[in-house]
This record gives sequence, C-alpha cells and structure tokens, in this order.
Amino acid sequence: MDSIGILEGRQKQIFEKKSGATQADIACDTSSLSGSVSQRACVFCGSRVVLYPVADAIHLVHGPIGCAAYTWDIRGAVSSGPELHRLSFSTDLQEMDVIYGGEKKLYKSLIELIEQYKPKAAFIYSTCIVGLIGDDIEAVCKKVARETGIPVLPVHSEGFKGTKKDGYKAACHALMQLIGTGSTQDISKQSINILGEFNLAGEAWIIRQYYEKMGIEVVATLTGDGRIDAVRRAHGATLNVVQCSGSMTWLAKEMEEKYGIPYIRVSYFGIEDMSKSLYDVAVKFPERPEIMDAAKQIVSEEVKTLYPSLQKFKKALTGKKAAIYVGGAFKTFSLIKALRSIGMSVVLAGSQTGNKDDYARLKEMCDEGTVIVDDSNPVELSKFILEKGADLLIGGVKERPIAFKLGIGFCDHNHERKIPLAGFVGMYNFALEVYQSVMSPVWQFAPRKGGSL
Amino acid sequence: MKHEHAKTATQNACKLCNPLGACLAFRGIENCVPFLHGSQGCATYIRRYLISHYKEPIDIASSNFHEESAVFGGSHNLKIGLKNVSEQYKPEVIGVATTCLSETIGDDVPGILREYRKEYKNGTPMPILIHASTPSYQGSHIDGFHAAVHATVKALAVKGTPQKLINLFPNMVSPADLRYLKEILGDFGVPYMMLPDYSQTMDGGPWGEYHRIPPGGTPASTIATAGGAMASIEFGSTIEASKSAAGYLDVMFGVPAYHLPLPIGIKGSDKFFSLLETLTGDRRAEKYEDERRRLVDAYADGHKYVFDKKVIIYGEEDLVIGMTAFLREIGMVPVLCATGGKSGLMKKRIGELVPDMDELGIKVREGVDFVDIEDEAKTVQPDFLIGNSKGYTMSRKNNIPLLRLGFPIHDRFGGQRMHHLGYRGTQELFDRIVNTVIEQRQNASSIGYTYM
Repeated sequence: MDSIGILEGRQKQIFEKKSGATQADIACDTSSLSGSVSQRACVFCGSRVVLYPVADAIHLVHGPIGCAAYTWDIRGAVSSGPELHRLSFSTDLQEMDVIYGGEKKLYKSLIELIEQYKPKAAFIYSTCIVGLIGDDIEAVCKKVARETGIPVLPVHSEGFKGTKKDGYKAACHALMQLIGTGSTQDISKQSINILGEFNLAGEAWIIRQYYEKMGIEVVATLTGDGRIDAVRRAHGATLNVVQCSGSMTWLAKEMEEKYGIPYIRVSYFGIEDMSKSLYDVAVKFPERPEIMDAAKQIVSEEVKTLYPSLQKFKKALTGKKAAIYVGGAFKTFSLIKALRSIGMSVVLAGSQTGNKDDYARLKEMCDEGTVIVDDSNPVELSKFILEKGADLLIGGVKERPIAFKLGIGFCDHNHERKIPLAGFVGMYNFALEVYQSVMSPVWQFAPRKGGSL
Repeated sequence: MKHEHAKTATQNACKLCNPLGACLAFRGIENCVPFLHGSQGCATYIRRYLISHYKEPIDIASSNFHEESAVFGGSHNLKIGLKNVSEQYKPEVIGVATTCLSETIGDDVPGILREYRKEYKNGTPMPILIHASTPSYQGSHIDGFHAAVHATVKALAVKGTPQKLINLFPNMVSPADLRYLKEILGDFGVPYMMLPDYSQTMDGGPWGEYHRIPPGGTPASTIATAGGAMASIEFGSTIEASKSAAGYLDVMFGVPAYHLPLPIGIKGSDKFFSLLETLTGDRRAEKYEDERRRLVDAYADGHKYVFDKKVIIYGEEDLVIGMTAFLREIGMVPVLCATGGKSGLMKKRIGELVPDMDELGIKVREGVDFVDIEDEAKTVQPDFLIGNSKGYTMSRKNNIPLLRLGFPIHDRFGGQRMHHLGYRGTQELFDRIVNTVIEQRQNASSIGYTYM
C-alpha cells in the first residue's frame, strides 16, 4: 500500500478491509504530521464552525486579518431572523499591536461593535498569536460584559493548541457559559435540544418540523439558526439529540453531568438513519405513546413519496462506486447506508476527526476491500480513488477539485452546501445530486475513461 | 470625519493575509511546493480560498505547529516538514512562507534552512529552499505575493552573461492574463523569464493520475538567468522597494528596471507594447495592431453607454490604479478608488495618471473595509461597483450592481479565465462594462426593448 510513498508516520492511519487481515486499530486522534498536506484545519476552525450559526451574536476574531477573512460568510448556515453571523469582524492586529499588546484594541472594538449592532452576546475568538503576546482576553471580556450588560464570551481557539476537536470543545465551553442562565418556565416535559445541527440550507428547520409534528418541543438548536436566548434555556429540555457527534458530544456530556439531561446520537442523512432518529427520540417519551405513533406516521408518509422517486436514480446508479471523505465519522456511517439504498457501494471511507470507536464501527460496516483512512491528504485520496475505480467522491471544498481533475463525480457534503441533504427531502436531494454528477456525459472526455490528456 | 459605524475593528475585510499571496506566487514556479511555517489552519484556509476561485487542487504544506513548537521554536517541525515534503513530493523548490505565529515567536527561518541543508545533505533529495517573510500582521496578501517573487529572484538569480532576455514580473493577475502576456512576448520572439507563471498550475487540464505538483510554472533554471537579462519589466507602481524583484535585479546585477502600471486601457497597453518595441527593436505583430483597432472601434461604438457613469472600484492597489486609468479614458468617473492595502502610494499614483482627479471628485482611500466602502457609497451614489466577489454583500444590500474582476471570484464561474490586461483584456472589460449598463437600462425600462 506504500507505492505512492505514504509518509512513515501515516501508515497506521490507513486500513484496508481484507478477510484474515490482522484487525489492528486504526491510529487516529493524533495531530497532523508536519509537512503532510492535511485536509484538516486548526483549533480556531473547529470553534468557528460550531459557533458560526449563532445569528444574534457578534463573532469577533482577535488576531491578524486572515482568520476572519477566510471565514467570512463561508457556511450555508441560514437564519430565520438576524444575520449577524454573516458579517466578519476582526481586530486586524498590526505589528504595533503585536509588540504592545492588543487588549486596548480588542476592548475598543467590542464596545463599538456592541453599540452599533446591539447583539445578544459576543464571542471573542483568540487566534494563534494572541496567547503569545499575552493578551488577557478573559479580563477584557469580563469588563465589556459588565459595561454592556451582555454575555461576552472568550473562545480559546489558538490555532496551534491542539486539533480541530479542541476547537469544538472550546466552542462548547463557551456555550456552557450561556446554558443555564435563562428561564425554563413553561418548557414541556416532552422536549429536546437538537445538538450538532447547523441549519445548512435550512436543514435544522426540516428536522425541527418532524419533531414538532410528533408533539415534541424543541427548546434550542445548537447551533443552527441559533439564538442566544434559546441557548440560555437549553438546560430545560428533557433530552439532547446529538448529530455531528464530533463537535457536540462534549457539550452533551457536560449537560448530562450538570443538568442530568441524557443524550442520544443520531444522524439525519438517509432514510434509515433519519427514521431511526425519530424513533429513538420517541422511545424516550413512553409516557406519551402518541409520539411514537406520530413518528411512524411521518416515516410512513415520507417514505411513501420518497421511495418511488428514488428508483430512477437507483436504476442508473446500481453498481457504481463511491469514495467518502468527510469531517466526522458519524456522517460517514449514514452516507454508506444512504449510498447503498441507491445501489452504490463504498470503496473508500474516511474522516478528518473520527475516533477509535468510530473506525471500529466503520470497519464492521464496510465491504471487503474498502479502504479506511484517517486524516488523509490529496495524494492518498487520489491513489485510492483511482485504484478502486470510484465513480463518485463525497467530500468538501478541498476535495472537490481532486475529483474533478481525475474526472469523477462529486457531491459536496460540507459546510458550504446550499441544498439541504438532511431529512427525507434531503435524501432525495442527495440522490439527485449524486445522479446528476455521476451520470453526466462530461466524464467521457476524462483521461481515465480514455479521453486524451 | 464622523463615521457611522464602529471604526476600530475591521468589518468585512477588503484584503486577505500576507501568506495567501506568497502561496499563489510560489505556485508559479515549476515543480515547487508552497509551505507555510505555522498552524495547520493557515494552509487549509488558504487552500480552500484559492480553490474556490481557481477550481484547481492546490497542495500547501504546513509545519503544523503544536504547543511545544510555539514554546520552544518551530525549528524541529519545520525540518521534519521539509523532509517529509521532499520525500513525498520530490519538489525541485520548496517555497517557505512564514505566518503570524512563526514570526511572532521569532523563528530564524533562514538560519533553520541553513541548518537543514547541512543536516540533511546526505540521503534525502535536497530541493532549493526559498524563504519569504510574510507575517499576517503586516500589509495584505499582495505584499506576500511580492515578497515571494522577490525572495525567489533573490535566491535563484545569478550574475550571467548579458543576453537578449526580458524579465517580466506581471503582478497578481489571472492565469488568462499570464497566458496572454506569454503570447505577446512569444510573438516578439524574445526569450523571457516571467515570474510567477501559474497560468497552467492554477488553470490546467484534466489528469490521468494525481499530480503531487501540477505541471507548469517557471523553471528555477530560467529564473537563475534573470541576472543576465537586458531589462526587467515590473507591473505595479506601489510595490515596496524592498519587495521589488526588478529593483533587486537592477541593484544587484545592473539589469535596468522598467516599472509600469498594470497595462489596462489603450494608453496603458500602448506603453507596454512601446516598451517591448524599444527593448527588442522589433515592431509588434500585426495581430496586436488589429486588437488595438478593434478596441478603438469598440470604444466608439460603446462610448455613450458609459460616459459619466460613476463607479466605485476596489481591490489591490495596483489593480485599482490600472483600472482607474482605463475608466478615465472611456469617460467613466471612479468616484471612489478603494483598497484594503496601505502602501500610502495609491493617491499619488492615480494622480500621475489622472491629473484632474480632484476636479473630477475622485476620492482615493487606503486601508478600508467593505463597511467603509458602503458608507462612502451612500454619499457618492455610484451606478455600479467594480471589484472582486466580496463586494457582493454590500452590492445586494444597497442594490448597486457589481461587475466582478480580480481575485477572488467566488460567486461566478471562470474567474481564472478572465482577461484584464492589454488590448485583449481591455476589450473584454469594456464589453462587460457596457453590457452591465445595457442590462441595467433594459431591466429598468417598462417597455422591454429587444435591442438596446
């Protein structure tokens, strides 16, 4: 497997499922190797993606301009009301600030921005150099909070202090400061929080509607279409329903410990997992059997219309092969099932941030011969895609040009998407997108199909 | 001056950070891997940002700083990273650019590179290592671009026997522009060294297999000859002297440096072609005369649509300056010329090209963000905006049309194939500008004319 010169330190992060092969654990949860071109980002990125959809807070990036510029309006996370999250704020630190410290600039920036935008809260992200120059962010935040009367929350997201996962945790830590500060009066006993759902292309609205139709109150979505007041009263919910487990499990655990709220892991991608996420919630409310009845009703109605509409795609796609490389491993599980339901097999599966249990489960799920990778890079991904003859790659922005260069279809399953892929309607959109990309006649000109170079 | 909004923070920045420009420039050297000495995120964000414009894979390596590297220095990580990149990519050149992190902790990158060359001289392939200092807390992406070009020339160019060779430093322009420039130089029949040249690496064909490094770019061996060239042409009039590659070659090897604004518009393009004629002693090819004639003819055909139209133009300083000169020759008024950069030279340079700028009410502002531009728009009431995709937020909010050019184009297709330079680029820009006006008129008309 090392014919492409896989870096010495990376061999343990790749696994090919073969019968009789030693079942060594895949190495994961490690930092990216220096000099490898990782598809991962940094601590700041992790924090920024988690908190990004909170729409009535300002998000101020404390550091030089890059970190704020590259994260300006880049997610498809939509809001039903305020849209402060789509603005980019930076202290834009200059050389003199680096020498003399950025606290004054931070303070002044905050006071002015809060005065201008009247947000419900402010998140202050520290970037790489902030720790080095010794700015006391906590103190500035406390001072501004006192003076403005709104929560001003530091997010310790210095890029180099860990991996993207540590950024998730820093974001969750900031959210924990808010949770528990609102009134839980009038919250129904049959209530949940939706965690790890970012309302890309309105996905949280779709999911929320299903649960509400079942008679369940959704207290807060974290953080899709997020509102500070909703976050503050999230501790009043009876159950936490966690998608994107990588980013939000820590928060769920904290809430369990502090407020006794149990949590379950779900996924809203594909018919099977979508249905299960409704049933799994319904069984948590046995005192109201009508909830389960409603869940069954929803699933049966949705599937009744969805299933026939998928057959056209299935017919065309049966036998086609897919490669999956996405951020979280949980999403990979759902995608494997979703692809199978439209006749496709998976020849490569991987994630940026999966853990040991995730990879163990992935191994179990995958077919013989499937390659499993953790924290991969373009060279490796391409090698396996070509070797395994994939017709489709599912990934994010950085993977897209790899697929197109090699002449294979692509489905964007990342933060930027503009079409909802979650829920039953999302399954239809997903199948349609896969179909439109895989079946396009343009690939006939690709070198791998015999086109000239 | 009273401002309507918070001034201390930068809101919706009209610039990017230093290392981005360096990565792009290093992409224009053959068989070169850009390498960022800093956190993983910098490389990933910059890759993502470039990919969304160029639609090409772009591998940028990173030394992946951890806490220990930040405390004890990044030397170890940088060396391991260089070794890994050398082994996996087998590059001829690695372009190392720093970040705010490695600059703040004060890593002595040139020193580390010297050590690396010594420590790893046996057994490992030893690429040429180029170092550009690009702290994100200084300047913007365009400074990083020039820093990388300058560092490359400094690292590679040697004193050679004088020869009929022209160095061209084209500035941060599109792959289509770069192809056009090569065509022009090729047609003059003069050997040239253009740096950078990402015309193929950032806008290439399909691949049969993954290329660790895409084909294309200026070979290091060609860059080495720059010291013996008969002249250097550098587009851009706001480049800091310490980052001017042409200036360096002039001082070090006595290669005469010619600084031109970006050749946009007839006058700007004339200057460029005349200079080439002077340097080579040859006339331009007839096809460029034809391009020019068609452009003059198009100006006549379209002049009424554009006369006295007010626009806001924003972007990198040199792009804004070149565009301003062009807009004036077709009778348009760039009521605001804006940039996120802070060279301190933009107003002076625009004044040189447009002497009556004050009477015309042309306002020049450096160091602005899009909220500043939006504030100005309320006063100057432009007919449309000209600049990159990032102006779309304010364009939509204020219902002012946006004509996209430059970098980044994230919300339209084909930004990498847009022309801006020379007669051909000017023609394309002029057509697009006229069509923007026509479309506006047609949409606003209650009659719905089918020809305008």
